[in-house]
Amino acid sequence: MNAELVTELEGPLQRATTRARIMSAVGPATAFAGVVWALVQPERITLLHPQGQGFWWLFVEPPLLVIAVGLFFHLFVVPGLLEDLAEEEHATAQ
Amino acid sequence: MQPPSEHVHWLFATGFLLLGLCLLGEAVVGTEVWRRRAWRAYLWPGLAFALGVLLWPVMTFYTNSAIHMLAHGAWAQVLTLAGAVELALVRGKLESRWWRLAMTAGFLVSGGAFLVHEQNAWLFQRSAFLHHLLGWTLLIGAIFPLARCLRPRSQVVATGFALTFVVISVMLYCDRDVAPIFGHISELAGTPRR
Repeated sequence: MNAELVTELEGPLQRATTRARIMSAVGPATAFAGVVWALVQPERITLLHPQGQGFWWLFVEPPLLVIAVGLFFHLFVVPGLLEDLAEEEHATAQ
Repeated sequence: MQPPSEHVHWLFATGFLLLGLCLLGEAVVGTEVWRRRAWRAYLWPGLAFALGVLLWPVMTFYTNSAIHMLAHGAWAQVLTLAGAVELALVRGKLESRWWRLAMTAGFLVSGGAFLVHEQNAWLFQRSAFLHHLLGWTLLIGAIFPLARCLRPRSQVVATGFALTFVVISVMLYCDRDVAPIFGHISELAGTPRR
């Protein structure tokens, strides 16, 4: 049994897992920040009180935009990134 | 149909937030992994370029003073240039890492533009305060794009560069036309809307 080889691989594998965890957390953390902001300052969500508001006040709602950015990053950027990270991890292991 | 200026700040904040997250992604996974897919390699440079292009209509339509127009114009030019240079670097049309100084210039000119076109004192009201804060943040934050030229593989520098955009987006989201700053607002500033 070559335990030494396993020990050598632990470093890069651990790093890749940590990076994958960080990347998986960035989008949800951003969306969560938007949710917290919406709860702290509900007056900035004009959809909650839409009467008499113009187009721009209804279209541009900062806390919702933050949530949207977090979701976009998590759903469209992160999955491919994790795949590529896993491939790199696999290549390093070999 | 022209959006109020604070809405424009918030829309740009959204763009800068996405830009910051993409840069953070590249800093965490490394440039080699980030660029494994072509569309992802072009994502943040393309976004920076698009934000630069979108500053041109801001210059054209928000002409409440000559200094505003000049500041927005200078800003549009440097951000478009910086975005274009980053695109060319990804594409391989440009190779020298010193081309990244275009982003440093973008930071310096943007910071200067923020400071020059804000005529009120720091604590006049919210947007005055944030314009000063944004200006100095960009001027000091220019250290990161400069460091990217000197140490292109440094993860600390890449993370600092990314987080600068995130901080800028937070400040832009806080920007309001008329609002108090630390509970203080000048009598000359007008009535806060909300």
